Amino acid sequence: MALSKDEVLAGLAEIVSEETDIDTAEVTLEKSFTDDLDIDSLSMMTIVTLAEEKFDVRIPDEKVKDLVTVGDAVDFIAAA
Amino acid sequence: MTTLNVRRGPEFTRILGLGVARGEHLVPNDDLIEPINSSDEWIRKMTGIVTRVRADKDTSVIDLSERAARDAIAQAGIDASEVDAVILSTITYPHITPGGAPVLAERLGATPAAAYDISAACAGYSYGIGQADALVRSGAARNVLVVGAEKMSDFVDPADRSISYLLGDAAGAVVIGGSDTAGIGPTVWGSDGGGAELIRQTDSWIDVRDNGAPFPTLRQEGPSVFKWASFKMAPVALEAIEVAGLTPDDIDVFIPHQANVRIIDQMVKQIGLPERVVVAKDIVDSGNTSAASIPLATERVLRDGDAKSGDVALQIGFGAGLVYAAQVVILP
Repeated sequence: MALSKDEVLAGLAEIVSEETDIDTAEVTLEKSFTDDLDIDSLSMMTIVTLAEEKFDVRIPDEKVKDLVTVGDAVDFIAAA
Repeated sequence: MTTLNVRRGPEFTRILGLGVARGEHLVPNDDLIEPINSSDEWIRKMTGIVTRVRADKDTSVIDLSERAARDAIAQAGIDASEVDAVILSTITYPHITPGGAPVLAERLGATPAAAYDISAACAGYSYGIGQADALVRSGAARNVLVVGAEKMSDFVDPADRSISYLLGDAAGAVVIGGSDTAGIGPTVWGSDGGGAELIRQTDSWIDVRDNGAPFPTLRQEGPSVFKWASFKMAPVALEAIEVAGLTPDDIDVFIPHQANVRIIDQMVKQIGLPERVVVAKDIVDSGNTSAASIPLATERVLRDGDAKSGDVALQIGFGAGLVYAAQVVILP
């Protein structure tokens, strides 16, 4: 059963928080992974991998650069 | 019907001796940041590297190999003439032929040992250990010298932000021979050529000759390599532990290829190694020395007193190919 965007956001926020110690409440749709959350390229790959496992989706490496904001990632995962 | 004799070797093998040779110069991050518009802080954050060892211009892969090999043979307590096979793992020996191993064997006085090079990049040392273990147990060789040696600085581009600033020059050598007890567990190895472009040479030698391409240097897709190494290698490491008949609780020391501290830390997490396990991080000072990094890191944990002879070590090499190999060994 497909997850709602709210459910994906909540799950993704937990992953981001675990990797970076950023509070889950700070992980909102409009935030940029790089500019707002200060997530570097390696941490981003960790987050992507953990999201793939959690949501049972595949996020190709070449797609990761397009996931600029948390909302981009939520949209991609929810539509997968 | 004709029956052929077959050889059989000892049931078990172990590492009899270890030797290393690091490049003569300790190069700090500050010496490399200008052409890549970076900073000491950024390199430390992204890789954990503070310095890397680099060799003199006139020092060759064979020079580094010879230094390391002489110490390994001495520690093994054998004469070079008792080495029946020399395996040189390198991707930076600058000759297509002859291989470096026969040249090395000649220098060491190990002739007429069988001698050949293997090209398995950062997994090359672990590949070599797997081969040496099999050669000794099959009776094909009494003692095998395995050398991982690289002069990576010959193939770096100072302006490359992907991999060049990580790399160092060094050699690590071990002698593998027969043993009364098992000192080398089964090797778990493999490849994934689908990722061949993730770590690569910029242009082929033919492109240099025919199309005016610049002298080839190395590149990597850093984030993709990080993802592959950090997450796909943990099951390989766990399998190496399992086929050795052990559990992660039995491991004393973890000695992965020294690619990046961030990869090492994530692997520790993914494998689920207990906190008491010593984790080798020679990369901080020596950089990424490809095939040499595991024996270098082994020497370091022993020299620093973080590990001792007889400790149970999990080692795993992984790199360009993509290729990987892991085994549990008893430290010499």
